[in-house]
Amino acid sequence: MKRFGVLAAAAVIGGMACAPAMAADAVKIGMITTLSGGGASLGIDIRDGFELALKQKGGKLGGVATELQVVDDARKVENAKQIATRMIKRDDVDVVTGIVWSNLAMAVVPSVTRAGKFYISPNAGPSALAGKNCDANYFNVAWQNDNLHEGMGQYVTDQGFKSVYLMAPNYPAGKDALAGFKRFYKGKVAGEVYTKLGQVDYAAEIANLRAASPDAVFFFLPGGMGINFVKQYAQSGLTKDVPLFGPAFSFDEGILKAVGDSAIGTFNTSQYSHDLDNAENKAFVKAFMDAYGRKPSLYASQGYDAALLLDSAIAKVGGNVGDADAFRAALKAADFKSVRGAFKFGSNHHPIQDIYVRKVVKEGDGVTNQLVGKVFTAHADAYAKECKM
Amino acid sequence: MTSALIFEQTLNGLQHGLMLFLMAAGLTLIFGIMNMINLAHGSLYMAGAYVTATAAAASGSFAIGVVTGMVAAGITGAALEWLALRKLYARDHLDQVLATFGVILTFNELTKIIWGAQALFMSAPDWLSGTVEIIPGVPYPAYRLFIIGVGLGVAVLLRHLIVKTRLGMLIRAGATNREMVGALGVDIDRLYTVVFGIGAMLAGLAGAMAGPVLAIEVGMGERILILTFVVIIIGGIGSVRGALVGALLVGMVDTFGRAFMPLIMRAFLEPAAADSVGASVSSVSIYILMAIVLIVRPRGLFQAYGN
Amino acid sequence: MSRRTLVHLIGLAVLLCLPVLADLSGEPFLVNVSSRVLIYALAAVSLDLILGYGAMVSFGHGAFFGIGAYVVGILTHHAFNAEDIPFLPGDWVGTTMALVQWPLAIIVSGVFALVIGALSLRTRGVYFIMITLAFAQMLYYFMISLPNYGGEDGLNLWERSTLGPLDLYDEWTFYYVCLIALLGFLFLTRRIVTSRFGMVIRGCQQNETRMRALGFPTYRYKLTAFVIAGMGAGLAGALAANHTEFVGPGLMHWTRSGEIMVMVILGGMGTLFGPVLGAATLLVMEEVLIHYTEHWMVILGPFLLFVVLFARRGIYGWLVGGEKHDD
Repeated sequence: MKRFGVLAAAAVIGGMACAPAMAADAVKIGMITTLSGGGASLGIDIRDGFELALKQKGGKLGGVATELQVVDDARKVENAKQIATRMIKRDDVDVVTGIVWSNLAMAVVPSVTRAGKFYISPNAGPSALAGKNCDANYFNVAWQNDNLHEGMGQYVTDQGFKSVYLMAPNYPAGKDALAGFKRFYKGKVAGEVYTKLGQVDYAAEIANLRAASPDAVFFFLPGGMGINFVKQYAQSGLTKDVPLFGPAFSFDEGILKAVGDSAIGTFNTSQYSHDLDNAENKAFVKAFMDAYGRKPSLYASQGYDAALLLDSAIAKVGGNVGDADAFRAALKAADFKSVRGAFKFGSNHHPIQDIYVRKVVKEGDGVTNQLVGKVFTAHADAYAKECKM
Repeated sequence: MTSALIFEQTLNGLQHGLMLFLMAAGLTLIFGIMNMINLAHGSLYMAGAYVTATAAAASGSFAIGVVTGMVAAGITGAALEWLALRKLYARDHLDQVLATFGVILTFNELTKIIWGAQALFMSAPDWLSGTVEIIPGVPYPAYRLFIIGVGLGVAVLLRHLIVKTRLGMLIRAGATNREMVGALGVDIDRLYTVVFGIGAMLAGLAGAMAGPVLAIEVGMGERILILTFVVIIIGGIGSVRGALVGALLVGMVDTFGRAFMPLIMRAFLEPAAADSVGASVSSVSIYILMAIVLIVRPRGLFQAYGN
Repeated sequence: MSRRTLVHLIGLAVLLCLPVLADLSGEPFLVNVSSRVLIYALAAVSLDLILGYGAMVSFGHGAFFGIGAYVVGILTHHAFNAEDIPFLPGDWVGTTMALVQWPLAIIVSGVFALVIGALSLRTRGVYFIMITLAFAQMLYYFMISLPNYGGEDGLNLWERSTLGPLDLYDEWTFYYVCLIALLGFLFLTRRIVTSRFGMVIRGCQQNETRMRALGFPTYRYKLTAFVIAGMGAGLAGALAANHTEFVGPGLMHWTRSGEIMVMVILGGMGTLFGPVLGAATLLVMEEVLIHYTEHWMVILGPFLLFVVLFARRGIYGWLVGGEKHDD
């Protein structure tokens, strides 16, 4: 709560100087994200990105004093739900944001929107929330979960690979990932393997994979699982003959630091890259590195963009976020300069955006992502037509 | 499914099993001799991995890293025993579970404060980073062969330690009748600290070995901890031989389950369902193994020295 | 009036008046948090029945908690989609009626407890701890890979249970429903542990061989206690599903079983009322600490160690003072 207090105080002092007349009240934003336990680095990136934007705007989004409250969900559904209930009922926040994981989002988002509040997703984009259960007050500023996998399916096909081996953990997001890949991949599937969630050793899978002798491997193993797999894959000596392809979730800057040289020569798809050539991104990367001493990951960019989106919408309604219809229309307009370049919302409030391919290359002592091309321009997700809105 | 593939998977099972053995040996000793459930054993493994990675990066030498990591884990374990855990030997298992659960939370968060939330990097030394063709057409990672060697070496050393040395004699005697050993003038407290330190060093060694293969991150300890408990339960608590057999069994069952269960399922189900069901069955295969062993032999496969 | 009776009366008074107190203190949200405490207290009391009285250290109690929650989740899911339940023969449909959901949650948890208990009780000591853990892990991975009911994503409860004219969305109503469930279960377990049946269970804790020699079929007694405990956890799970309006495999994860166990020991095992205090302490600590620092576990961890080393008999033992084990 300390953070809350300091920011609020700063915001109030700043706000008195030039607050628009009709918005004497501060805008309250509740951020529920994962800061402790497994996967904490994603939540920390999102928070840091968001706070950087807030700091750059002098503690005011859209020119209105902004109270940001950040609470750790420890990646537990119940905690997230409890925090959301408290933010809505006790603190009466205007906007909730921050959740990293799809399963937490699925549990929390409906109760936020049902209470008439707005939810801005800086990461998770489960298919249900993009399709059947889409909601007027729910906006996703990152991606629909399948987007990056679809991009890789297209890229692998474009590169002429005929036989690809697929791997993902045995849970819904894993199955969605492979389905998303296959939606755009036209070649043969050499094998389709589902591994245990949280698995650490992949020797058995790699041996089977070698025996199937595919042209390429597509894998979706987020977080620590990806670190384990990429390291072990490189040690098996396969990287040269059977290249690895995956979504950016296994190749963010933090993971690359942990994987090291083993990742060199692999490819990944992302909607963002720190070397994207636009003025907003250059300024963002510099500010982020100055503030936190590390390169921004895609998660950090999403947190930053979430704050920019809110900034633009709050400015549009002159701070009167209580006018839900006007605020919704202002959010929908997405009138902000995303660090990823072109960005707009589709009919289901999910991004229509470009998907890029990056290659992992050596840089100084470490490794980093380097853009090699764009695979989709203005790509929309596959669930928009199921969304009745 | 060729015989080369089966051979390679056997090596994988062996390597996985020996890695578990490094953890299980220490845990089962502490369990068998002090009658202590130490959930924090996984934290010592994590400590070993983190210190090894840091020392290896600072010194540029894998060997220095491993030695530092082992020593650090050993000292941490001995200090933990001396400061807090020795008060728990006389308590029931529940108190031990609660206290060491508290230690896990503390260690995890301290690690995050010291090293940050991002996973740490560590690579195998150059001379181990390639592959070796043991049988034609099957290149096998040299580093995994190295783990197999280390695991077998530790097994032989431990056997020597327990069967041939004075310390081993005390360990066996301590497991049978601690009052008697105490009455014979042995400083039982020191014996316990030493045994705990050895167990912690082995956990540190396991962590150090895991560094180049796995993600070094907060929470890595709990994942292997549960597997390690499965191993020593199957093997019979307190028995190092049991730990070895249990570890190899678990390593093999887990590896072959993952490698071949989907194929087996395809004989009964359509491919899509078979992949999914096969994966589900293989992810619980070791728990099924443990349940069966315990239903048939409620005290595990081997008896400890004492019983 | 003994000190213990006083503690009990104060505790009961606090529980009964809590919503009023919360309103008066200007923190009506506390009622929501307190309902969660009551639900976990129920689960912890059920574990205490076998752990504190029968020395059956189950490390898989979260499994029954999860099963109870999933029964409610699955019934609501099919009721919401207005469809038959696919894995049952005939045309059974889902429902949101609490009078169907909750008893069913209790029964299904009880059936699972019967099977798991029958197999696990062949072992004892640490082997028992680990085999119960193994069964819970099997269920955990089973639910993770079951796509029909959300797998790892879990299931959203689109509607809380309906209980006659009561509105369970109302915080106060829900709180008192949970309180009635907890007090009812406490009353039941209290009757059990002081009955002849309870004497046998407690006798097993001290010397099972002697109990067997006296002619008691101890296995059957212990199994019965195990099933009752499983049913209690199942009811807690059903309430938890309503409270979070969500069910997921995380409810069955071994850390959840560990947390319930921590609540029992922290509060004082073998006391029935202790676990209620344990649940309140642990959850409130988490709730408060999480607001001060993201490194809250650095405080909670040493606290647990401290409790074990220096406050052996738990919070309840400390409150009621010198008196030994609950009669």
